Amino acid sequence: MDKILRIDVGQTGLPSVKTEAVGAYAGLGGRALTSTIVGKEVPPLCHALGPENKLVIAPGLLSGTPAGQSGRLSVGCKSPLTGGIKEANAGGQAAQVLARLGYAAIVLEGAGKSDTTYLIHIDKNGVKIENDQRLKLLGNYALIDEMKKRYGDKVACISIGPAGEMKMASASIACTDMEMHPTRHAGRGGVGAVMGSKGVKVIVLDDAGCETRQPKESEAFKAANKVWIEGLKKHPVTGGGLPNFGTNVLMNIINEAGGLPTTNFKTGQYAGASKISGESEAALEIKRGGPATHGCHRGCVIQCSGIYNDANGNFLTKQPEYETVWSHGANCNIDDLDTIAMLDRLDDDYGLDTIEMGATIGVAMEAGLLKFGDGAGAIELMKEVGKGSPLGRIIGSGAAVAAKAFGIERAPVVKGQAMPAYDPRAIMGMGVTYATSPMGADHTAGYAVTANILKVGGYVDPLKSEGQIELSRNLQIATAAIDSTGMCLFIAFAVLDQPETFQALIDLINSFHGLKLTSDDVTALGKSVLAIERDFNARAGFTKEMDRLPLYFKREKIPPHNVTFQIKDEDLDKVFNW
Amino acid sequence: MRVTLRLFASLRTGRFDEAEFELPPAATVGAALDAAGVPRSEAAIIFVNGRHADFDAHLAEGDALGVFPSIGGG
Repeated sequence: MDKILRIDVGQTGLPSVKTEAVGAYAGLGGRALTSTIVGKEVPPLCHALGPENKLVIAPGLLSGTPAGQSGRLSVGCKSPLTGGIKEANAGGQAAQVLARLGYAAIVLEGAGKSDTTYLIHIDKNGVKIENDQRLKLLGNYALIDEMKKRYGDKVACISIGPAGEMKMASASIACTDMEMHPTRHAGRGGVGAVMGSKGVKVIVLDDAGCETRQPKESEAFKAANKVWIEGLKKHPVTGGGLPNFGTNVLMNIINEAGGLPTTNFKTGQYAGASKISGESEAALEIKRGGPATHGCHRGCVIQCSGIYNDANGNFLTKQPEYETVWSHGANCNIDDLDTIAMLDRLDDDYGLDTIEMGATIGVAMEAGLLKFGDGAGAIELMKEVGKGSPLGRIIGSGAAVAAKAFGIERAPVVKGQAMPAYDPRAIMGMGVTYATSPMGADHTAGYAVTANILKVGGYVDPLKSEGQIELSRNLQIATAAIDSTGMCLFIAFAVLDQPETFQALIDLINSFHGLKLTSDDVTALGKSVLAIERDFNARAGFTKEMDRLPLYFKREKIPPHNVTFQIKDEDLDKVFNW
Repeated sequence: MRVTLRLFASLRTGRFDEAEFELPPAATVGAALDAAGVPRSEAAIIFVNGRHADFDAHLAEGDALGVFPSIGGG
């Protein structure tokens, strides 16, 4: 991982390819690398779909090594959804394969031309690019079937569907999993639209003949990895709850806590929650012959996913995750898992962020475009997005745009990005993260559900304002660091509770790279990443007034606890004071 | 007094999803778990009427308990 691949799509003829030494970016990976490159090289006032924006794709510091759980891929750019900096990350095979090919990052840059559909193929011999119009507007599933025919099933693909080609602000970038399904998405902030703006449809990565990355201190690395994997396996969340029930094990507990946004964030409990819970989902998957325990990449220890087959036992989609089941389910009052799974399949096929799409359909339902609970209508609306009809383009632009188009105040967004599956009034720590994260409303940026609800890493009462600022601050710092390692964020459950597992993570980084980092250095890395991101946003015109929830969260009480968002503005402004 | 007890995730195995229990007035959460045969060591997160509660919290007629093992997701 000592080189950066720059592909300039603005050249006459096919894009130019330049491989350069990692240089000033040495020692950075994942989110630290994508945000540093975007911060230094992208003019913050540029248009996200214009020639000055860049799409940076980077594996983490430990990706491509035998370190367990190290397969996250970071994607960075200026976001067409928020207008600020964006890092979205995904699982799947791509991070491991890209790292083994030796690339710290791929940078897509320059002025995209109209009507190009580039296929970029990268293997140990180099880079080949062709403009293949036969791939134009293919869904991710048909596209990957075609890639399998051409290159076999041992490659990893990074691709966009028609939503990305149409440059919709909710478009995602798909990564293939171990079975070559395009089911692992860098979902948030419209990164797929930026890839589409560069005219790139798919990047095929083939690491045949490449070695696993070798640590500088082999014995120490092996010892650290043993402690690391044992730590993940012994923690009840990473070793029990997540593999057995998937991420949707959260449905019942967030509902019980009264923080499950229902009917476009009008209430905090959903009568149909049990029907669409992780317990029900896992049981249905097993009944239909799909495993309810499944990893998204080789080297995954936690195995939080599963396979969702249709009623005939045929593959439909991967196990829809909690955020997806919430957004398309509770938020839209749809209590049918097959309908939700179909919406998940369409999201993946068109290349769309499932959170943004569910939130947007919720807004459309409030606007009266269709009724809450209308599953068939939701599927039809999603198909409009896939077709790119005028209505579909409004929906594909996300919740904020749809709310404007239909004259609705209640758009649950911060910085233009839809809130995920936790009501910020009943789980107030999440409200702090939504308001202040440089990414816009993003649960992963500082997952206060840990201490607010799950009693992991301590306990902070979710219904009170005390302690939420500090909680969100510490989690945002830790997350920015974890996102730079290539590690799946779910390691945090074990790391927060088990000091020896946290130490093993530091030992993995140190022994692999020959470093002597301490936990203070990890904290400093997280702070530096956040500082770079906030600096970009400030130069893009963001002010503290944009670190706020929509005002109706302070005005409207959410049942059953009948609370409003209580955190004061001046306290939100202290999150990044350290 | 009667209280409703709901179990989730792995706590359901070999037990129940939801059941009602007759308990002495002002019985504690811990006593309710004992009556239901749920080891306290497995009851990591407890809600009473949607609010976090501990083993020594006192219950009232009609209270709804939700009990979870250690879980996480997102």
